Amino acid sequence: MDTKADYLLRLGDNALVLSQRLSELCGKGPALEEDMALTNVALDLLGQARMWLTYAGELEGEGRDEDALAYRRDAHEFRNVLLVEQPNGNYAHTLMRQFFFDTWHYFEIGGMTKSADERIAQIAEKSLKEVTYHLRRSGDLIVRLGDGTDISHRYTQTAADELWMYTGEVFNYDAVDEAMVAAGIAPPAAELRQQWLDHVTDIFAEATLTMPPAEAWMQKGGKQGRHSEHLGYLLAEMQFLQRAYPGAEW
Amino acid sequence: MYAQMVETGLKNVRTLDDMSADEQAFQARIDAGVKIEAKDWMPEAYRKTLIRQISQHAHSEIVGQLPEGNWVTRAPTLKRKSILLAKIQDEAGHGLYLYSAAETLGVSRDELLAALHSGKAKYSSIFNYPTLSWADMGAIGWLVDGSAIINQIPLCRCSYGPYSRAMIRVCKEESFHARQGYDIMMSLAKGTPEQKAMAQDALNRWWWPSLMMFGPSDAESVNSAQSTKWRIKLFSNDELRQRMVDQTVPQAEYLGLTIPDPDLKWNAETGHYEFGEIDWTEFHEVLKGNGPCNRERLRTRVKAYDDGEWFRDALVAHADKKQNQAAA
Amino acid sequence: MSKEWPLWEVFIRSQHGLAHKHVGSLHAPDAEMAINNARDVYTRRNEGVSIWVARAADIVASSPSDKGALFEPANSKVYRHPTFFPMPEEVKNL
Repeated sequence: MDTKADYLLRLGDNALVLSQRLSELCGKGPALEEDMALTNVALDLLGQARMWLTYAGELEGEGRDEDALAYRRDAHEFRNVLLVEQPNGNYAHTLMRQFFFDTWHYFEIGGMTKSADERIAQIAEKSLKEVTYHLRRSGDLIVRLGDGTDISHRYTQTAADELWMYTGEVFNYDAVDEAMVAAGIAPPAAELRQQWLDHVTDIFAEATLTMPPAEAWMQKGGKQGRHSEHLGYLLAEMQFLQRAYPGAEW
Repeated sequence: MYAQMVETGLKNVRTLDDMSADEQAFQARIDAGVKIEAKDWMPEAYRKTLIRQISQHAHSEIVGQLPEGNWVTRAPTLKRKSILLAKIQDEAGHGLYLYSAAETLGVSRDELLAALHSGKAKYSSIFNYPTLSWADMGAIGWLVDGSAIINQIPLCRCSYGPYSRAMIRVCKEESFHARQGYDIMMSLAKGTPEQKAMAQDALNRWWWPSLMMFGPSDAESVNSAQSTKWRIKLFSNDELRQRMVDQTVPQAEYLGLTIPDPDLKWNAETGHYEFGEIDWTEFHEVLKGNGPCNRERLRTRVKAYDDGEWFRDALVAHADKKQNQAAA
Repeated sequence: MSKEWPLWEVFIRSQHGLAHKHVGSLHAPDAEMAINNARDVYTRRNEGVSIWVARAADIVASSPSDKGALFEPANSKVYRHPTFFPMPEEVKNL
């Protein structure tokens, strides 16, 4: 597979899988206003996924469109990071996963607005407005929950501690990532990681949360198609209709 | 219709003789088409009726997210998923506009939610039916939102300002809902034989409950008559139901689908469709809590609310902390 | 029972040059969240360039019973309206 196409799949799959997780919470949020806000994030991410997947399909040149890619790849062909396929857990878990992701996403997409590939730069430009809002929102909620009640503080700290080992994968660059850096398409890992750490540290300080150790052992494999047990179930649900009725138009 | 069987608490329609000077002036305003606003004097029965009607409508929107939420993770294309997510989001928004209108009448949202969660307050019967296939997403948009539009457009002219303005806002968004439903039905109806069968099956299951949504005939209803005098109900249940049938039959014909009513036939003299007997026992049982999904729907809402308590409390605690810091 | 989030009234300016219009209310723990929530509830269809929120409790409203005393005097001062003064047709620019 074309290297750039592979990279675009990573971006698209991150957004797609995370959007799917958030969609599970439709109508089940802790407050009506919050329900709407979360659904909005899901919708934004889905829109971004569609743009990345469409471009990936074109570059791949095998006639696969956004739906072919979303609905007819098996788990080992998905390129999302492990973080986004983790289950929703309690709401602190959902928001912490979101915050960790949004922070990386913001700096990554921001870096990509200067991409040498014009279409990628355009998609990034369009996405940046949404992602900026997502980060502002999730960071703000982490502060409020971290520095809220004893219970919310406990839940939020636990979520941070449990999800921490999934946060390193985005900075663990392999040959595909490095090729994108060399091609002037993606920002370099070290810079991205430092921006991420600085921002998370700031928010955690305000939230009175303890930072887990930066050099902790990190899980990996999602980008290369080695996923957790969760992804299979997520895809089984998501892909059901297309697989049960192959060839049908919807 | 999202507010079925709303009790006005009155045994008879109020006549001029029954009314105090204040109430006569109030009725005169309504008759003249002047809007009643939040702080205006109003009869207690009007206030109470509106609170019930508007809050039932709000509850319906919120509970109404669940049958569709049931399929959003299984939407068969990314485009359909985006559209459905946007629709569900709209429904949450409609619920919010309506709670907002209800709160202008001196009741808090938490009080209204407590009434819903305890089973005291009702919501539209239709949302107690299960969504069993993707075609149900089409049928709901087409039939249920279609019916809602028929009910809501006249309400844009109702006498209570905040409610009429909320309805105007809702109506602007609602026609997207009906169209996206019909669009799904069109895709299925001209798809594979299995898809066509899926569409027919959905129509079979949703047709009668949709007709029931409008509520039983209210020709004899004191509540309906009083609500009409107050201009918070503008057409009778039968009139609205007839409108829905007349408009929908040609739409079903276009799809090549059969409406599950052997008694359905066009009456050239009246210019309307005649249709079969509705099973009102089923309707009343569903409203009482014995529908296929009542328990699950309510449990889901109660769980979301209860599980969310720590979240809501934390946000209050944080806001309080910040305020105290600022004051210090 | 937990403390309910306070009620906020929301005002949106939908286009530059127009005034803010009251669109409804929502609950939020503080002003910042009220604005964020208002954005998601009331501006999904490009209906906003500016959002104002005010605590419902802070809004002071005139009483409907004062309508007569507050507003009727203005009704009888017809001469405040230009139409009170017909001008001869031949006279321009007035």
